[in-house]
Amino acid sequence: MLFTSLPFIVFIAVLFVVYYAFVPHKERWVLLLIASLAFYWFADPRYLIFIGVTALTAYVFAIITENYNAKRKAYLKANKEYFDSESKKKYKNKTTRVTRLLMLAALLINLGILAVTKYTNFVIDTMNSWRTEPLSFVNIIVPMGISFYTFQTVSYSIDICRGTIKAQRNFFKFLLFVSFFPQLVQGPISRYEDLSQTLYEPKRYGFRHVSYGFLRILWGYFKKLVVADRLVIALKALTESPDEYKGAYVFVVMMLYAAQLYCDFTGGIDITIGIAQMLGITVKENFNLPYFSKNIKEYWNRWHITMGTWFTDYIFYPLSVSPNMLKLSKWSRQHLGNAVGKRVTVYISCFAVWLATGIWHGAAWHFVVWGLMNFVVIMASQELEPLYAKFHGKFALKNKPGYAVFEIVRTFLLMSSLKLFDCYRDVGLTFKMFGSMFYTFNVGKLFNGSLLELGLTGGDYLVSGIAIVIVFLVSLYKYIKNKDFRDYLYEKYPLFVLSGVLLLIATLVFGAYGQGFDASQFIYNQF
Amino acid sequence: MEELIEILKDLHSDVDFDTCTTLIDDKILDSFDIVSIVSEVNDRFDVAIPAKELVPENFNSAKALWDLITRLEED
Amino acid sequence: MSKEDGKLTIREVLFPLLTLAAIFITVAALWFLQRLLVPKYQRGVVEGSMIEEYYDSEEPHEVLFLGDCEVYENISTVALYRDYGISSYIRGSAQQLTWQSYYLLEDTLRYETPDVVVFSVLALKYGEPQSESYNRMTLDGMEWSLSKWNAIEASMTEDENMIDYIFPFLRYHSRWSELTATDFEHVFDKDRVTINGYYMRTDVLPEGPFPDPMPLADYTLPETSMEYLSRIVDLCRENDIELVLIKAPTLYPHWYDQWDEQVRDFAAANNVPYINYIYLRDQIDLDMSVDTYDAGLHLNLSGAEKFADYIGQYLVDNYDLTDYREVPEVAQMWQDDILFYDELRDAQNAELMQYGELRSWGANAIEN
Repeated sequence: MLFTSLPFIVFIAVLFVVYYAFVPHKERWVLLLIASLAFYWFADPRYLIFIGVTALTAYVFAIITENYNAKRKAYLKANKEYFDSESKKKYKNKTTRVTRLLMLAALLINLGILAVTKYTNFVIDTMNSWRTEPLSFVNIIVPMGISFYTFQTVSYSIDICRGTIKAQRNFFKFLLFVSFFPQLVQGPISRYEDLSQTLYEPKRYGFRHVSYGFLRILWGYFKKLVVADRLVIALKALTESPDEYKGAYVFVVMMLYAAQLYCDFTGGIDITIGIAQMLGITVKENFNLPYFSKNIKEYWNRWHITMGTWFTDYIFYPLSVSPNMLKLSKWSRQHLGNAVGKRVTVYISCFAVWLATGIWHGAAWHFVVWGLMNFVVIMASQELEPLYAKFHGKFALKNKPGYAVFEIVRTFLLMSSLKLFDCYRDVGLTFKMFGSMFYTFNVGKLFNGSLLELGLTGGDYLVSGIAIVIVFLVSLYKYIKNKDFRDYLYEKYPLFVLSGVLLLIATLVFGAYGQGFDASQFIYNQF
Repeated sequence: MEELIEILKDLHSDVDFDTCTTLIDDKILDSFDIVSIVSEVNDRFDVAIPAKELVPENFNSAKALWDLITRLEED
Repeated sequence: MSKEDGKLTIREVLFPLLTLAAIFITVAALWFLQRLLVPKYQRGVVEGSMIEEYYDSEEPHEVLFLGDCEVYENISTVALYRDYGISSYIRGSAQQLTWQSYYLLEDTLRYETPDVVVFSVLALKYGEPQSESYNRMTLDGMEWSLSKWNAIEASMTEDENMIDYIFPFLRYHSRWSELTATDFEHVFDKDRVTINGYYMRTDVLPEGPFPDPMPLADYTLPETSMEYLSRIVDLCRENDIELVLIKAPTLYPHWYDQWDEQVRDFAAANNVPYINYIYLRDQIDLDMSVDTYDAGLHLNLSGAEKFADYIGQYLVDNYDLTDYREVPEVAQMWQDDILFYDELRDAQNAELMQYGELRSWGANAIEN
């Protein structure tokens, strides 16, 4: 079910009414579970088996781990007098080893399901490129949202092993954490310790959180329907005929895709968080004004945040501080010098993270290359930092406001050009098209009406342009005042109501939906 | 504690680590810095900071980090 | 409730009230926008206005015509009245499919029960929904009833949704960029485009040669349309209505002999008359060098008056119809229709004199 489909909107409306009107506030989480399972059932009943197995595995292993830990701890406490510090350490180490094995077993099963369903055909495709007898593809279903819920479950299993959270003993509550439907479509990837705080609590109707949530949903639909689903039409035309649209057109693709992806992805997240908020649940933010970043590292702290922190916490850190890596770090500092040696382990971990990020985004090589290009750019800017420092020492530019704008624009252009991999979906073609920006001079062509042959009228460009300006101004408000624009509107409540009315009407009139417009799938739907 | 401050100063000479309590929240230290700190600490104090301790609360101030190191030493 | 005194604060009263007002404003605005954005079918393509005009017609109708352009362009309702006192209405629409005719009959029966229903058989050849825009022109004008719902269900093409019919706004919202002066002029009321369902054209374009009919793989009329024809027969019977099946005297689109035979058999089996006027062109006195405006596809005013004369004679000969010229109240109502008819004819003729072609009607008048 797409966020923009009529059944989804009806589903949400019915859920909301039943939730607050007919279900006692303490039992409302039960309705959420039923709704989440129904959401899956409507999409494909078989999906329920996959999500059920994943949830059950993590649930069972967590309880075994916790019980085992408790038993060992109790034994240690009861028999204190028989242990000296040496044997105590040994005993504790054994506990750790066993819990770790339990965690690995859980991860193996759940990541295994993810790997088999999502990546089997990718592997076959890749193997076929050097086999003379091509293997045939297998027909495997890819459950909706599998990457998102698997990652949530994996983080749960690891946190249980680390002992930073308490296991959920009620299977149905745990199943709700795994399957909570608004985030199955596009994320975010929630952590158990965050989501569990509000997910199971009794939820009372509150005028403020309901109206906030509702406005946010409208804002999400506005971005998605007015901007993203409209621009996708031109983007499709531009990227499907790359030979025709080279040079300056590639820049147009970059700009359109930056706007399209942002509005589609953040719009979807707005809808997710807005729905959760209307239901009285707090979901972590996934974006924090990414296009205002001054460098690529900052960008990745602001874009798809829950994915970034997931990779940092569960791949980058564990890998970097693992005993072997620490040994390697020591060795390389001794043999390669402090400056180089210090970097070796960080770079290895960073490489692993970006490789994984690329693969996570999709079962295709262009995603892998895209991930590794991010790695290269981050490393390059890291290495160039001393040079920057020198430069800034000479010219006191750093504190000038114009320089901040320059940094923001630079980062935006850099990240937009990396996104071209996702536009052209072919590594060689992407490099070729990117190159054509510099040797094909056809800027004049853009203004001879050719942009009106891409399926959009002048009116369409005008409407999306105005909408983008509105999105930009709202973001700018937050960037400058460090305050959500909704808070400002709520203080002046008539404005809050008015903006809701205008957003709804503008989305309904100017949205690119219904007959005449191709319904475009959310970009992150298959992740 | 002084040795720890030294490690930190090596990374960011322009920060007052004695008083700052928002090293993570204000994004003064990033993930690369944290990994460097862990390996330096491992070298100089012979303490291995496990991944599960790499949370903002332990790195927001030099004091918190020092407390973490002492706690791990005792274990 | 605020915590201490149990009294409501201004915010707690005002916010929900404002929200309520906002909901009201939104609904009103969307209603207005819907009226603005739906196509008006006032100039050029006027066929979309025909179905809804019926509800404004005040006089009783003893004869009801059902069908596509073969009725609404070929039979002058005014001629039927002037010459025979027959008060009739043509519930015709572009490419009206047989099930649409059936549901339009159901719809009409909610308001009045005619004595005679004349059904044009050309659309029997269609067993499947054909095109969204024709569906829209027939269905959007119907008033809401179970009949309309069923008509939509039966007519939708693959890409259409019921919700788009319930809220036409959802279908037409993207017309914001192509609104014309006509759309703004006719938000709340529309001009009349027919005279009791008759669409008048006074220009002339002589009948030309038609392409040879293509041989068909299968000449069997589709089951679906024949099924609905049976339902029309049954519905007429239940309501004591006499049913007449006709094929208009125009030659294109081609009416195959095999089809003619099947309809003839059906009519005989069901004991209803079927008249194929293609064979009666001479008796009607049609001169297709002057009686058609589009090379023979449809009749113009002079053709439509001749055909009305002929079919009117058949109706008064065979059925017990009231001569409404003798019923003063109804005659009064018809005077208005006749006045509109004559004015329209004069206006069209004036344009023909001036430009040699029609500019405010037909293809030349299409906006955009």
